[in-house]
Amino acid sequence: MLVTAGPSSAPTSPSGTPGSSGRRRTVAVDARDVHVVLGGSAIVRGVDLVLEEGEVAALLGANGSGKSTLVRALVGAVPIASGSVTLLGHPLGRGVPWERIGYVPQRVSAATGVPATAAEVVGSGLLHGRRLWPPRHAQRRVHAALDLVGLDHHAERPVRELSGGQQQRVLIARALVREPDLLVLDEPVAGVDLPSQQAFATTLSRLAERGTTVLVVLHELGALAPLVRRAVVLRHGAVVHDGAPPRPAHDHDADEHDHVHPHDDDAGLARTPAAGLRWEP
Amino acid sequence: MILDELVGMLTDPLMQRALVAALLVGLAAPVMGTYLVQRRLSLLGDGIGHVALTGVALGWLVGNAMGLVEGALAIPGAVVAAIAGAVVIELVRERGRTSGDVALALLFYGGIAGGVLLMSLAGGTNANLMAYLFGSISTVSGTDLGLTVALALIVLVVGVGLRAALFAVCHDEEFARAAGLPVRLLNIAIAVVAALTVTVAMRVVGLLLVSALMIVPVAVAQLVASSFRRTMTLAMVIGVSVCLTGLSITYWRDLSPGATIVLLAIAVYAVVSAVRPLVRRRRPHDPHPHVPDDVRVAV
Repeated sequence: MLVTAGPSSAPTSPSGTPGSSGRRRTVAVDARDVHVVLGGSAIVRGVDLVLEEGEVAALLGANGSGKSTLVRALVGAVPIASGSVTLLGHPLGRGVPWERIGYVPQRVSAATGVPATAAEVVGSGLLHGRRLWPPRHAQRRVHAALDLVGLDHHAERPVRELSGGQQQRVLIARALVREPDLLVLDEPVAGVDLPSQQAFATTLSRLAERGTTVLVVLHELGALAPLVRRAVVLRHGAVVHDGAPPRPAHDHDADEHDHVHPHDDDAGLARTPAAGLRWEP
Repeated sequence: MILDELVGMLTDPLMQRALVAALLVGLAAPVMGTYLVQRRLSLLGDGIGHVALTGVALGWLVGNAMGLVEGALAIPGAVVAAIAGAVVIELVRERGRTSGDVALALLFYGGIAGGVLLMSLAGGTNANLMAYLFGSISTVSGTDLGLTVALALIVLVVGVGLRAALFAVCHDEEFARAAGLPVRLLNIAIAVVAALTVTVAMRVVGLLLVSALMIVPVAVAQLVASSFRRTMTLAMVIGVSVCLTGLSITYWRDLSPGATIVLLAIAVYAVVSAVRPLVRRRRPHDPHPHVPDDVRVAV
């Protein structure tokens, strides 16, 4: 499907991508030979990943393939053991323009001890390395971001009273509130019902049209399939495929397809029966 | 008659100092308590309190060696030991999450044992330690009060002034790190300011009950508040109320101020949690969202 345009559609090696076809574009993410070691085991082993500005790429792979750890390392949430990461032209560290980067971590189901409203959680997305106090018009921006994910009417409700899918959308709003140029999402639609997934896909495609670079960790392309032009597949912490997204229905029976559904976690409970159907032709 | 009694209490210089100290502690302790409860470190205050006891005894020992007035360096010693202990706990927590619990337990035992041992080395008695373990608000001197005011102001300025950033770190540390926030600096700020809170509250309720004043008002507030901001504000109101009320009770009845204040706070918790289900507004709210594709699936 979709494999016609875009500099990254050709299955070249990632390091060859910017020089060959994207000369005028700048690079949003430039990761070279990234290794991540957590608790003594090598989780990410020598990943190269180059994303040009405006690119929408999916990071796919089975549970435990290292995709979450890779994006966490890219945004500085876990330290990298070796290699280099450059975000929006700045090496990972204090110099990175964090206000231009939005990150949606995997939802943590454990609620914190003190109640916090959706607006408060989204408001924390306005802070970054060079801003420890909320900016002007913080409330207006918070409500705009919540509106974008369809939750403005729940702004003053405690997050822990919201459903799992709604909590996930709060985290997305927290990343969108900065109006990021680079958006990194870790399984943003896990546990989100299909209509909400489609709404989210619409939001994401609007952002992509505006030139936002998107790197999204996914279990399955699902509702985001029309949007994703490049898929990077990880296995055992290394890139095994970088190029056009695999066609799910076709790929389903392929040898290397890891058939994993997320119904082993609590997030899967929120899925509608229809969600399982989307892989069928 | 009652008015005379009140005027009598408010014009008593000893009581005036005690009331100011209680007011400040009631304001400051719940501020840091809110952050500790949010990151599920409710017992951190206790750990710091135990270490502060070693600091008290150490200050006593050093003061004696320098030939100062007995106990002159007790509070500075507590401040230093509490900050050191808090930073160590924070670094342990940052390294490996699993050992945080054990590290806290070691601090509990080591702090108390160290305090008792050093105190006997300093030639002090366990009775000297009791004043710090259970509070001695009725003996607050002018100098003590000055120190309490200064420390409480630091706690309030950091705790309330940096609320947005501290909330971000406590709510989701990974996100804060990915936003480039100075996470380690903010964590250490929380630990240090929590340590200051412990030493401020030490005079009022004593080291063994310090944590109660940080945690119980927050526990009450989160029963009724729905946001972080309102929880903190309400906890401060409750903290001030129980501190002033508890202290006032001990003006007329010969009770331990610290224990009275803490039991009062727990009583408030019990009443609020009992009454809450009865008075809580029932929102006409259907928890099941409207899912249009349910229909489509059924077809």
